[in-house]
Amino acid sequence: MAQAEVSMKPTELQGGHGHPDKWKWYDYFTFNVDHKVIGIQYLVTSFLFYLVGGFMAVLMRTELATPDSDFLSPELYNAFLTNHGTIMIFLWIVPAAIGGFGNYLIPLMIGARDMAFPKLNAIAFWLNPPAGALLAASFFFGGGAQAGWTSYPPLSEITANLPQTLWCVALIMVGTSSILGSVNFLVTIWKMRVPSMAWDQMPLFCWAMVATSILALFATPVLAAAMVLLLFDINFGTSFFKPDAGGNVVVYQHLFWFYSHPAVYLMILPIFGIMSEVIPVHARKPIFGYKAIAYSSLTICLVGLFVWVHHMFTSGTAPWMRIFFTISTLIVAVPTGIKIFSWVATLWGGKIRYTTAMLFAVGLLSMFVFGGLSGVTLGAAPFDIHVHDTYYVVGHFHYVLYGGSVFGIYSGIYHWFPKITGRMLNEPLGKVHFVLTFIGTILTFTPMHNLGMQGMPRRVAMYDPQFAGLNQLVTVGAYILAVSVIPFYFNVIWSWMKGKEAGPNPWNAMTMEWTTDSPPIIENWEVLPVLTHGPYAYGMEQADQVGPAGEPLPTPRS
Amino acid sequence: MQGAIDSTPVATGHEVSAHEEHQDLRVLGLITFLCSEFLMFAGFFAVFLVFWGSKAEWPPKETEVELLLPAINTLILVSSSLVINLGTKAIKKNDLGGMRKWFGITAAMGAVFLAGQVYEYMNLGYGLKTNLFSNCFYLLTGFHGLHVFIGLVLILGVLWRSRRANHYSDITHTGPEMAEIYWHFVDVVWIVLFTLIYLLTLI
Repeated sequence: MAQAEVSMKPTELQGGHGHPDKWKWYDYFTFNVDHKVIGIQYLVTSFLFYLVGGFMAVLMRTELATPDSDFLSPELYNAFLTNHGTIMIFLWIVPAAIGGFGNYLIPLMIGARDMAFPKLNAIAFWLNPPAGALLAASFFFGGGAQAGWTSYPPLSEITANLPQTLWCVALIMVGTSSILGSVNFLVTIWKMRVPSMAWDQMPLFCWAMVATSILALFATPVLAAAMVLLLFDINFGTSFFKPDAGGNVVVYQHLFWFYSHPAVYLMILPIFGIMSEVIPVHARKPIFGYKAIAYSSLTICLVGLFVWVHHMFTSGTAPWMRIFFTISTLIVAVPTGIKIFSWVATLWGGKIRYTTAMLFAVGLLSMFVFGGLSGVTLGAAPFDIHVHDTYYVVGHFHYVLYGGSVFGIYSGIYHWFPKITGRMLNEPLGKVHFVLTFIGTILTFTPMHNLGMQGMPRRVAMYDPQFAGLNQLVTVGAYILAVSVIPFYFNVIWSWMKGKEAGPNPWNAMTMEWTTDSPPIIENWEVLPVLTHGPYAYGMEQADQVGPAGEPLPTPRS
Repeated sequence: MQGAIDSTPVATGHEVSAHEEHQDLRVLGLITFLCSEFLMFAGFFAVFLVFWGSKAEWPPKETEVELLLPAINTLILVSSSLVINLGTKAIKKNDLGGMRKWFGITAAMGAVFLAGQVYEYMNLGYGLKTNLFSNCFYLLTGFHGLHVFIGLVLILGVLWRSRRANHYSDITHTGPEMAEIYWHFVDVVWIVLFTLIYLLTLI
């Protein structure tokens, strides 16, 4: 019902007739329903949270430069540990990759004027800043949640009750935001493509967002259920996860990982979508294996719902479950490998332009293969039991989340910044950013694998002196990563104000978002575009007569 | 509805203008959302089943469930789903009075259901904290009750809006339709819940 007023809103804002040329700066601080404004709101807030989470990481690494606890109190260390993970996942990668790129690009890529439910979209965004505020508040009311981003009971029920409660509420809010956003993406992609665009003519980013949304839709509510139960246990005297009163902590782990394993696909599938857009444009070649990439996203989405117990191999899990979930986990590597090989095949023989966007995309390829392989090792129960809860796990997931997701977000920013702002980012500065990030990532996260193999547990502020050397190396890497964001933020702010004018299509890309102005006008096009060629028809002789994989286009629908 | 798009002057008359006035997608959006919502209940049901499977005595002696009142409540809620359907059928025939009548009856039945739930809570010999079963019992029924309450607010919202002339008609009846779909959802969840907590635990 609420939607009835929504749709009227943009026209009212514009006085009923015509459009303002563009939004004023203060429109970005209001409850605006334009998908582009919301996309920018998501991106800017998530990049701010990235700094906050990064700052916590730097403090933790400073603490870990020496084996003793001599910089942060153990409680504060735990609070930073918990909130670093929470912020980086729920307020940085998820809102940047899904909320930011998804909202900004989906309507532009499918030729729609906005999302299907603009007001719902704005509500979904505005759930995020208060969630961040709650996490910040948790530091002032009891020193921050202490139980890690997984918040396993009984630890989460016996430490810092009020901060833990705030933490649960914050997670329910970002979860709700994620569900509302997914409803919007699914309905928009399903129903609002330009009539001339068939499913298999969509850019691959849209396919990735379909898979992401389905996953978020089915997994997130289960996290909400876990959070509600945890809230009741902490505040209302129930005993769902209290073993002494008949409860069962492993039930929490099941509920939590039923969401939180798919959550890693939520963080990587949109990035895969970004990869599939950036690589063909800068390699000047049609994407290799359009359908394989599209369907492998859906396969990851489906199989990804049945692998969660691989986080629980040491939780007294029955042997048959270990076998089942080892197999299902290893199966996920297949569709992921299909994508990797397709991108490599796209690069093969292309006229590669080493733009910063492309450097980050290629950097992601190498990083993700490394992180993916360590993921396969962890998926195998016998090995996992050996390294469970050690730095090997930390090294693995930072490789896929930093070397994967963050590289992908950077790549996407360098690629679409001209579209979003109308100005180019500075390329030399971007390359400095890339080199620092690349070196910093390797230096920070590679030694963690060795530390884990040697038995250093994760989540500790103090460690055995024998691990000091490698830890100092990791800390140096972390400082390099901290420095690496300086040229980036400077570049973004400076280029946004003074950068070179980009024009509508600086990369000579073929997807639909490049057919409108940069930045796009409100409601995206004066007249909606008609699809004349596939999204990746690079180097084709008759570009307007071929589909994504080079075959003739099917007859456009009505 | 979704008028932002059709009022764009430049867009009219163009060959793709059929798309400009895109269909009302709110019903589809609601159904997508309810799929997600159902998974949340599924999470709670799973917890209930896991505990059931691991306990020798479920429910324990001191927390037996009462059956008569919930059975009457079930009857009320299930039949209210039929009543609300009569309401949307009426508005599809442009019978506003009929819609208001049936929606009013549905709202009354929903309110009776909630009152019955509260009465049941007050007359049970145990509370939320008594034991694991009562934890689950109050959480599941309470969470469902919250959804009944939301459905009730939606129905009352439709009734409130129907005062405006021509707000709902045989052409524009998405609001009542969505309220109906939500009400059916609440009903279906209750049937699962009733079967699980009240009936199957008897065996």
